[in-house]
Amino acid sequence: MKGSVRFENVTKRFGYVTALKPLSLDIAPGTLVTLLGPSGCGKTTTLRLIAGLESATEGRILIGGQDVTHQSATYRAVSMVFQSYALFPHMTVLENVGYGLMVKGAPKSEVKARAEHGLEQVGLRGFGDRLPSELSGGQQQRVAVARAIVLEPEVLLLDEPLSNLDAKLRRHVREEIRQIQQQLGLTAVYVTHDQEEAMAVSDRIIVMKNAEIAQEGTPQDLYDRPASAFIADFIGDANLLDVEICQAGTPTQVALLDRKLTLPLDSASKGAAKLVLRPHDIRLERIAAPERLLAEVVYAAWLGNTVQYTLATEAGSLFAITPPHAQPFAKGEQVFLDFDLDKLRLVAA
Amino acid sequence: MQRTAKLWLLVGLAAYALLPWYMIPGGIWSPDWLATWTTDARPALFWALGGRPWLLAPLVGLLGAGAALVLLRGLAQARALVASGALGLVLMAAQGLAILGNRARFDALEGLTQPGMGAGALLVAAGLLFILTTGISGLGRGRGDAFITGLVGAIVALVGIFVFYPMSFILIRAFELRGGAGLGLSEFLPRFLSPEIWSIACLLGTGYCGAAMNSLLLGLATATGTTVMGLAFALIFTRTAFPAKRFLRVLTILPIITPPFVIGLVLILLFGRSGTITEFFADAFGWEKTRWLYGFWGVWLAQMLSFTPIAFLVLIGVVEGVNPSVEEASQTLDANRWQTFRFVSLPLMRPGLANAFLLGFIESLADFGNPLVLGGNFNVLSTEIYFAIVGTVADPAKAAILSLTLLSMTLGAFLAQRLWLGKKNYATVTGKGDSGQHAGLNPALRWGCYALALPWAVFTLVLYALIMFGSFVKLWGYDHTLTLEHYKRAFGIIVRNGVHLTGAAWDSFLTTLTIAAIAAPLTAAVGLATAYLLVRQKFAGKDAFEFSTMLSFAIPGTVIGVAYVMAFNFPPIELTGTGLILIIVFIFRNMPVGVRGGIAAMSQLDRSLDEASITLGANSATTLRRVILPLMGPAILAALTYSFVRAITSVSAVIFLVSARYNMATSFIVGRVENGEFGIAIAYAAVLIVTMLLAILALQLLIGRRKLRRADRLQTS
Repeated sequence: MKGSVRFENVTKRFGYVTALKPLSLDIAPGTLVTLLGPSGCGKTTTLRLIAGLESATEGRILIGGQDVTHQSATYRAVSMVFQSYALFPHMTVLENVGYGLMVKGAPKSEVKARAEHGLEQVGLRGFGDRLPSELSGGQQQRVAVARAIVLEPEVLLLDEPLSNLDAKLRRHVREEIRQIQQQLGLTAVYVTHDQEEAMAVSDRIIVMKNAEIAQEGTPQDLYDRPASAFIADFIGDANLLDVEICQAGTPTQVALLDRKLTLPLDSASKGAAKLVLRPHDIRLERIAAPERLLAEVVYAAWLGNTVQYTLATEAGSLFAITPPHAQPFAKGEQVFLDFDLDKLRLVAA
Repeated sequence: MQRTAKLWLLVGLAAYALLPWYMIPGGIWSPDWLATWTTDARPALFWALGGRPWLLAPLVGLLGAGAALVLLRGLAQARALVASGALGLVLMAAQGLAILGNRARFDALEGLTQPGMGAGALLVAAGLLFILTTGISGLGRGRGDAFITGLVGAIVALVGIFVFYPMSFILIRAFELRGGAGLGLSEFLPRFLSPEIWSIACLLGTGYCGAAMNSLLLGLATATGTTVMGLAFALIFTRTAFPAKRFLRVLTILPIITPPFVIGLVLILLFGRSGTITEFFADAFGWEKTRWLYGFWGVWLAQMLSFTPIAFLVLIGVVEGVNPSVEEASQTLDANRWQTFRFVSLPLMRPGLANAFLLGFIESLADFGNPLVLGGNFNVLSTEIYFAIVGTVADPAKAAILSLTLLSMTLGAFLAQRLWLGKKNYATVTGKGDSGQHAGLNPALRWGCYALALPWAVFTLVLYALIMFGSFVKLWGYDHTLTLEHYKRAFGIIVRNGVHLTGAAWDSFLTTLTIAAIAAPLTAAVGLATAYLLVRQKFAGKDAFEFSTMLSFAIPGTVIGVAYVMAFNFPPIELTGTGLILIIVFIFRNMPVGVRGGIAAMSQLDRSLDEASITLGANSATTLRRVILPLMGPAILAALTYSFVRAITSVSAVIFLVSARYNMATSFIVGRVENGEFGIAIAYAAVLIVTMLLAILALQLLIGRRKLRRADRLQTS
């Protein structure tokens, strides 16, 4: 299938270092899939394996249904946007964008026409004669995207494409990349370590940790149904509380300190587990109630649109984010914490 | 993969069937061989059918590859290509090494003869080699890129044939038993351990030391001296407000463009028994005129003059590499400038100092020109090797044993440098802009450096001024009338019925320029290609590859000269007496410099530039041509000039390889010095120095203009 990417038990070792444990994945045509994870998790290695810039130690790689495991990067129908943009400094913007067509031996007039069209697609019409060094960071980034898409690749690879842009520009450019990808119906694989960026652009996210896949799914899947404490913490913040499952099945009954909570959740077996409590789901109250948890404010930061608290409780330190309110709690104040049981999640300890 | 393999198969077959297999007297570039195409200049095919059936051997590989291309596909085809390429090469080498010129190596082949391999053989070998490497790329190695595996294969083959193959002759010669009775230690040990090599009598005050001991002592003394002087210069250059820093920079260029033994020569004219300064002191103070210059101290002085600038060059980088923030931190912790230097900066420079020391040691051991001119009774290994070959009684076995001794010393130092220093890198250049300033020197240290370095710099300059002066006087020391006599004799031109170059030096001068001009681009190409592979590619055995390409740096010129004479004097590769062997020796002697320069330049190019080019569908060859080479302009020009200049000034290896037809400038000068014609020798050296200065200036202009153009561009837009 044109535009699909498939890994079958692909491994990669550099000498004695395992950069990728046996990994299998399927990327459907026309989707934007993000490889997300902390640095050193193997996400960039995976991307470079798709590009053909690294060769697999074991396993098979298929692009568009064809086995490309032993094919060099030159002949793979993928193009890549590099973190550093990697624009050729001795060529003009137009020459940069037309480079891929030129080396394939396309006629000069066609190279020029298609390169100009590519520049137009990224909104840089008329910038063709400049040198890359004469453009701003955001413009250079768009040239890199144009250079990659004029070849009409089956798969577009993006290696942390926004990391060299300032925070405000980032949101704008990521929307543009998403729009271009959807307009052209490209399959795109996007590497980032920024979970917010991943959530914003992806159809699916593959979270990686320690050279293997930790979990994959839609952004909402990952947020709502984290498979592990790592995912719960990595995708949106989370407070993780030690609990004991005392009754498995649906609903589940857990023991948090000396109180029993009945959660509308499915669980497999009894034993130790972690309760996932999102900072946004904690409400701070001044009035005590039986189901409320006593806490003391250790630190309070007023950020304008939110107030962030660090709270000390019997169950451990908690992080809470609340909307701004008229009378924020002060450091050292006693508060009572409330949360909805149906927003809690359980993950393995 | 298929297309590449087919192409090389065609090349191999065509060469096998059409080009003269053996070397032909007129050379392949003159069309004379077409006339003897059916006799002496026959291609391998006809030789094989006409009485030399062993020449069918290479055909086996070619036919195997052909069959693989027609019958097989995919991995099986790749494996078959590898197998047939390797088989063809092995068989080809075997027949060449079994039947050597007029004699055969084995009794069974008695009576069979063949000359050295020529153009046909070269292209067939290339065809087989690239079929092999293309097959390897088909197995998925080198990321499946036939250009990369081919490049690796080509460089491995070249280094193998022109570095390791000749060196093996030294080993064999050293261990060979009398009368060709095989190899063994019974001859080697007594000769190797003889007092002629290892005696320490001079330390005990009972006579002369052995050559190896002399070399060792000299090496240690020179390395220590040059490191100290180099550090003094480097500190002045980077840590003081010394006003004439550009002038110090000029000093670093001087040794590169100075023909060897020129310094020795000027020292003789100043300090020799009838030298100017000796005479002055004899007249003024009645000092006795002695021959102190001819021996350890003279050679040491000459080597100090020659190699201090090299240490300076190395140590500038080291001293600048110390992160200024560390020094500032030390100062904010209330250390004074001396304490900062003593406890922070100096320890951080230690690996760099050790590096400079080992470089000086290797240079001193390998030095040939200075001991030749000033050695007297002070024998060192490099000159002893020379006399063992060209002396009244030629003794190749002795030359081999001495070479082995010298080689193990330089290799030992080289290995120490690589293993010990390679890991320990305190250099703190991070690529982040280190702000902050280097701490200045405290006054005592500063004046110490000045006292050490500045008289030395002045002395060096005086020497060079005297070279120029000496070339214009009639007979230095006796008759200081200004004259153009020497230039007339060396570079005379008569214009009568056309231009006649009547000067004695023209012949060797033009040969030298031609050969240097041919060798320079080839050296740069091999060096940069190697650097490209080392910096940008990953392949199995890369460490060994890097080591072997850098190895020829540690092989002294005399050793390589002897090895070439031994290896290339007879078939299968018979090159002595040709201009080609000079070109080849320059390429492999100077290659490490090209590699280093290339590595430095390429490391500054972001790797993602080539990766971008590759993912955009360019292959590695296109990437190299369109992206990497255009961005490496200055490095290429530097490698070019450097190898050009080195080829002109090189003497140690060349002196064994020159012939009546291809004489080089340096060996011509040595001849004049040996005849006592100092005037003409100095005049010639002056011309060489000026020639090379012009070459370097031309380079500087070219690089300068490139920078300007970029600046213009930025301003206009």
